[in-house]
Amino acid sequence: MSEQASRALKGRALNRVGSFQLAGEAQGSALVLSQALSFWGGLDIETGDIIDRSHPGLGQNVAAKILVMASGRGSSSSSSVLAEAIRRGTAPAGIILQRPDPILAVGAIVAEFLYDVSMPLVVCDISGIVSGDRIAIGLGEDAQAIVSRIQPAIGPAAPRRQ
Amino acid sequence: MTLELMAGDQSMLQGEHGPAVAAAMKILVAFSKAVGARKLLDIAGAHIDGCLYHGQAGFDFVERLVEGGGSVRVPTTLNVGSFDLIHPGLVKMPAAEEVPARRLMKAHLELGCQATFTCAPYQTRFRPAFGEQIAWGESNAIVFANSVIGARTNRYGDFIDLCCAMTGRAPAWGLHLSENRRGQILFELTGSFEPTDALFVGVGLIIGQASRDRIPVISGLPQPRDEDQLKALGAAAATTGAVALFHAVGITPEAKTLDEAFRGKAPEETIRISRADIDHALARLSSVPDGAPLVAVSLGTPHFSHHEWMRLLPMLRHIAPGRGIPIYVNTGRATLTRLKDEGELESVKAFNLIPVTDTCTYVTTIIERLDGVVMTNSGKWAHYAPGNIGVSVAFGEMEDCIRSAAVGHVVRGAP
Repeated sequence: MSEQASRALKGRALNRVGSFQLAGEAQGSALVLSQALSFWGGLDIETGDIIDRSHPGLGQNVAAKILVMASGRGSSSSSSVLAEAIRRGTAPAGIILQRPDPILAVGAIVAEFLYDVSMPLVVCDISGIVSGDRIAIGLGEDAQAIVSRIQPAIGPAAPRRQ
Repeated sequence: MTLELMAGDQSMLQGEHGPAVAAAMKILVAFSKAVGARKLLDIAGAHIDGCLYHGQAGFDFVERLVEGGGSVRVPTTLNVGSFDLIHPGLVKMPAAEEVPARRLMKAHLELGCQATFTCAPYQTRFRPAFGEQIAWGESNAIVFANSVIGARTNRYGDFIDLCCAMTGRAPAWGLHLSENRRGQILFELTGSFEPTDALFVGVGLIIGQASRDRIPVISGLPQPRDEDQLKALGAAAATTGAVALFHAVGITPEAKTLDEAFRGKAPEETIRISRADIDHALARLSSVPDGAPLVAVSLGTPHFSHHEWMRLLPMLRHIAPGRGIPIYVNTGRATLTRLKDEGELESVKAFNLIPVTDTCTYVTTIIERLDGVVMTNSGKWAHYAPGNIGVSVAFGEMEDCIRSAAVGHVVRGAP
């Protein structure tokens, strides 16, 4: 790796401590949403596609991603939708929020109880995470959540090796 | 922040009351930690919004609790399902959907819930008292319990309402705690208003939209004729927004004065509501103009109270609609039983009145003709029905609905 590339990558290093609403480990490509998504009415549980026509993420797919957004939104029926998406394997691998959300927490907790599938839900600072970053959620000391970037998004911000 | 559990909580968690209660407590504990509660508190009752089929996960959850041999530990009412069990044949549903829909309702009964199947549990003998801690689902019931009665619940729903019922406990956070019930945003009605049903719907629509996550306080609202007008206000506010508690100065029990509503602090924001604002909000509920031909009338969202029936029945006898336009009235089964016992329904049989219990005309397939305009006096029904069942809607006062049924097209502003 060139010195320049190494510096650029270091400049975007990310290793952050957060708290768990539901503990677990996950890895995946980040999908950062600029607006909160209501899972009820906003997500196609058969595919994981975002179907809310008023949402800027319309058409993107959340399955197996690390979904990153400021907060949850909307009706308590979103708990059922998230639990159902986890059961079907169309849910994100993990969700990172800036502010805690009781409704998403319920969906994740119940899905883990029913189907033994863990989908960690983390609250931490989400600034600096961009879509396409490869993100790992891990368990830290004192039940803290560790969010780290293991590979930056491929794009102008991450210079390719010559 | 740690969650402190009492000995009773621990014993439930450890399975001393069976696997179903242990599972409910395990989920409740995880949820309480997730919302940052420091302890659990006792609840006096619960209302479960779990009888509408939203997918396999909801179904699996209830079945798992039934298998675990559990039952609810506090008096627990049930919200509507997708089926009218009292009037078989009214709901038209493919057999493949009917089986899980019926099973979901029955499974909740096996857990010891009461067969109320109403979105208005506050009209039943399970109505909570002022200050009581409860765990309720169903948005209109939540806002009514908190605001009109002064009972205390958060916006529970999906799974957690049932976990609270199975354990008799709820996390001590949010609206369960006095310090979180203070008004935050003031809505001031400017001008003088008659207490029409439509006024309360209009105010509800406006505060729902503008309050976001703040608790609204309304001043200048005329004294309501009855609590049904506050029911309509709350239901509308919980439709256009996420309002779980409103204070109406001089009307609701935690707002005898403006100062009490705000606990002596200043509002974060003040919004004035004029007659034009109300008219504008109400106009948006109707997608058709006056004169549009009607296919049906739907009343009773939230469920029609006995008092509302007592207003409707003389209207029906007086106006005598006879054009074959069905008038559906969603109501609780206990209310309907009382009316039948009182012999009140005999005299209105000729007027195409179709009582619907256990469910609601906008969550399932009841209305025969969906290819036209349905008129309603409910802000909540007018908001959701076009998306849910694909009808066009005209909103109007109850009397306008009945007059429209009599002439076969939308008329408003009845004398």
